[in-house]
Amino acid sequence: MNSTMANPAQRSGKLAAFHIDLPLLLGLLTLLSFGLVILYSATGQSETMMKAQIFRLGLALAVMVGIAQLNPQTIRRWALALFSLGLLMLVAVLLFGYVGKGAQRWLDLGFMKFQPSEIMKLAVPLAVAWFIAADNLPPKIWRLIIGFLMCAAPTLLIAKQPDLGTALLIAMSGVFVLFMAGMSWRLISVIALLVSAFAPVMWFFLMRDYQQQRVLTFLNPETDPLGSGYHIIQSKIAIGSGGIDGKGWLQGTQSQLEFLPERHTDFIFSVLSEEFGLIGVMLLLAIYLFIIGRGLLIASRAQDNFSRLVAASFTLTFFVYVFVNIGMVSGLLPVVGVPLPLVSYGGTSMVTLMAAFGVLMSVSTHKRMLANAL
Amino acid sequence: MLKKRIPMQDIAAETRLFNSRSVVAMLVVCVLFSVILFNMYNLQVRSYQDYQIRSEGNRIKVLPMAPNRGLISDRNGILLAENRPVFSLELVPEQTGDINNILLKLAELIEITAEQQADFLQQVRQQRRFNSIALKERLNEEEVAIISVNLHRMPGVTVEARLSRHYPFADLFTHALGYIGKINTDDLRRLDEQGRIANYAASREIGKLGLERYYEEQLHGTMGFQEVEVNNRGRVIRVLRSVPAQSGKNIRLSLDVGLQLTAQQTLQQKRGAIVAMDPRDGAVLAFYSNPSYDPNLFVHGISSSNYNALLNSPDRPLINRATQGIYPPASTIKPHLALLGLETNTVQPGTRVWDPGYFTLPNSDHRFRDWRRNGHGWVDVYSAVAESCDIYFYELGIKLGIDRISDYMHKFGFGERTGIDIHEEASANMPSRGWKRARFNQPWYPGDTVPLSIGQSFWTATPLQLALSTAVIVNKGLMPTPHMAAELSTDYSSELVEPALRRSVEVVDEKNWLIVADTMVRTVATLKGTAHTAFKKTPYSSGGKTGTAQVVAIAQDAKYDAESLDERHRDNAMYIGYAPAENPTIVFSVAVENTGGGGSTAAPIGRQLLDYYFSAGVNANE
Repeated sequence: MNSTMANPAQRSGKLAAFHIDLPLLLGLLTLLSFGLVILYSATGQSETMMKAQIFRLGLALAVMVGIAQLNPQTIRRWALALFSLGLLMLVAVLLFGYVGKGAQRWLDLGFMKFQPSEIMKLAVPLAVAWFIAADNLPPKIWRLIIGFLMCAAPTLLIAKQPDLGTALLIAMSGVFVLFMAGMSWRLISVIALLVSAFAPVMWFFLMRDYQQQRVLTFLNPETDPLGSGYHIIQSKIAIGSGGIDGKGWLQGTQSQLEFLPERHTDFIFSVLSEEFGLIGVMLLLAIYLFIIGRGLLIASRAQDNFSRLVAASFTLTFFVYVFVNIGMVSGLLPVVGVPLPLVSYGGTSMVTLMAAFGVLMSVSTHKRMLANAL
Repeated sequence: MLKKRIPMQDIAAETRLFNSRSVVAMLVVCVLFSVILFNMYNLQVRSYQDYQIRSEGNRIKVLPMAPNRGLISDRNGILLAENRPVFSLELVPEQTGDINNILLKLAELIEITAEQQADFLQQVRQQRRFNSIALKERLNEEEVAIISVNLHRMPGVTVEARLSRHYPFADLFTHALGYIGKINTDDLRRLDEQGRIANYAASREIGKLGLERYYEEQLHGTMGFQEVEVNNRGRVIRVLRSVPAQSGKNIRLSLDVGLQLTAQQTLQQKRGAIVAMDPRDGAVLAFYSNPSYDPNLFVHGISSSNYNALLNSPDRPLINRATQGIYPPASTIKPHLALLGLETNTVQPGTRVWDPGYFTLPNSDHRFRDWRRNGHGWVDVYSAVAESCDIYFYELGIKLGIDRISDYMHKFGFGERTGIDIHEEASANMPSRGWKRARFNQPWYPGDTVPLSIGQSFWTATPLQLALSTAVIVNKGLMPTPHMAAELSTDYSSELVEPALRRSVEVVDEKNWLIVADTMVRTVATLKGTAHTAFKKTPYSSGGKTGTAQVVAIAQDAKYDAESLDERHRDNAMYIGYAPAENPTIVFSVAVENTGGGGSTAAPIGRQLLDYYFSAGVNANE
């Protein structure tokens, strides 16, 4: 084992000292560069927005590298504290949060506005993994139940803001931990049944009008071509008219003439599809697949349960972001405001994601020391 | 101890469990990515054409551009219908800065009503900020000047010029030209049925009446368009392709401004119509109905008070008397009947009839009177026409019978539309047995034929029909199709309007044409001729026939006294004529309502018309 690991370890010897996983870094940098190219077109060649995005990118990379320096065991020790802090903040948001775009998601810290749900994207998998990894795998049923409750508490608080999309994604990131920990298939089937039974309850009691509308529009966008169906129709036109090789960079008529809504945020994938065609789409998917594959590999090579559960959960959650965003802009899923990870314009989610990749790098680069310690 | 052993045993199992879960996760990831790829393949490859078309449809808009309407001129090129620029004050809100500020500035310069302001502000709210919105339309010259010199300090303010139809002769040509007006739903439906609606995408107006309507297709021209790229708010980004509009054809008419003016001046306040035509090709030289009205009122939408004034005027100016005025032709049709008499050998040129001043049918004591109370004495066909003897024609009519009269007069165009190039035309009425049966469910009585023989009772004709029937006489049976348009032209080409003449009246003896023409010349030239006074000492020769139509029946043996009759019940004066007597180049008809005798009222008008025609050399260019 040592001999097989020696080669890459030597090659990335210097980077290993900075706790950087080279393949993951290369994958991320390729994605971020490709993302900037698309973003330049999607912002209508706005230099201001490009500068802002590059600044955020630098910040996010710094956060990633910073977190990568932490030992997974350190992260593990702080997991519960982070989770508790996140919960407190979510309660605070509900009590005295700042209302923006019809939802109460922001906490005004005086010097900046802050979305506590972003913390929970990291804290939920960390805390659930901490709790599950305290015992042998597969987890016992009572641990699973408590694990579910740890997912449910923040999910309900966030759903109440209301931000159903984020709530479900956070719930999912916790559930991924439970799944990877070896929750039995029988239990998975039972839960799947319960969830489908819960769906009508959610429709009638939890979902707001605009959320129901989104789902209805998703089911048949052409019924409301000028209203809420407009987004998805224009997006599909952008994607479809890209064809195999696309209209060319900066040449997408749907995006450059602004028929495409939210072109630089949620619908940036449509800009890519229009200008670079199916070839560009395949390239992007390949990069994503590489990053996800690398993430799962890091998880499977991790040497303690906490690390592997956290690494796998972050990777799968990242995948879910990708899938939900692409699914929504191409008409496979209803429109929920999920950006395309590491490509869409915007700060908070990028920092959170890169922090998660920092954890992955930490897991990937600290294991020898851990092995030595053992 | 126990604590340490259990994890030691479980590490391998845990790793296996975790790795199997990782494989499941990776498989799910791959399956879902395949779903995405498959969906992308559907969108970008299989449905590519469909989305490509929709994308182009989003991006490309076609802006139609209206063509310039063709101009209409008289025979000498004097413009009768032209396109004049009208100016409107327009603002582009995104360029003007504060709208209220700019409105205040403009209000200091020219008068802007509160209503105009309110309409404008409403438009500002409804339209895109980059659209130009009119604040005041149809600026006068002074306003254009004031705004123009101040434009530099008001960005976003423009004076836009747009062409608008104008009829410089106002009421002189109204019934010939007609007018254009705003396209309404009826027009749209008609255009749609004719498959021409696409050509009108940018047009605001359409020919509503007269030549403007008849030649709408030629005058309108072909729409041009700009293919432009627009963004999601409809702002034009760039022009991709531009196809200029093709102006409509210009139309030169055969009408003559001078002759038309003469017609208007001779009629003055009298109701009536004058039509003059070249018998050789049917080219209409004068076409005037009095009273007329100003067609410019209709171009920008006539006000309801103006329209009601026209509609309710007792003089009925909206009626086109030249083609819709239905008058008893009275004695003007005597030459035509004379021809039928000669042709059928019912009378010979030498046949003489005694006129005691009245006519009675066998077994009846109803006296049909001659217009001359004591009669004309012995008359033959020449004096019967020239002096307009009624008794001669009562007898002739009874001998001919309704069937032969009706059939023959149809060949002169009576009871038929002439086919002139306007739609406003009545066929008037040439009665027959069948017509009376259908109309009144009564048989035809000989008593009906008697007044019919002097162009009264059921027989009616339009002035145009009378002029055309005169053309048939001088053409010896050849009938032209009357037309006012002489030439349609573009910048590159022109085509003459030359409808063919057709043989309408066949004769057994060609000499009869000369006899009939001679009777009409004698009407003018002989001392006893009814038009002799009117045409005394003309430098040209001419032929003609007077007519005086009773508007109300005069009681048996009562005397017609114009003074005692209500104005509306006085006789209509009619005259048909042609000139020169040899090889005529003009035929004409005059109808004047409620003014008395044809010889005393209508013939002098014909004289003035011919005087102008020959002195100005209307046909000199031929």
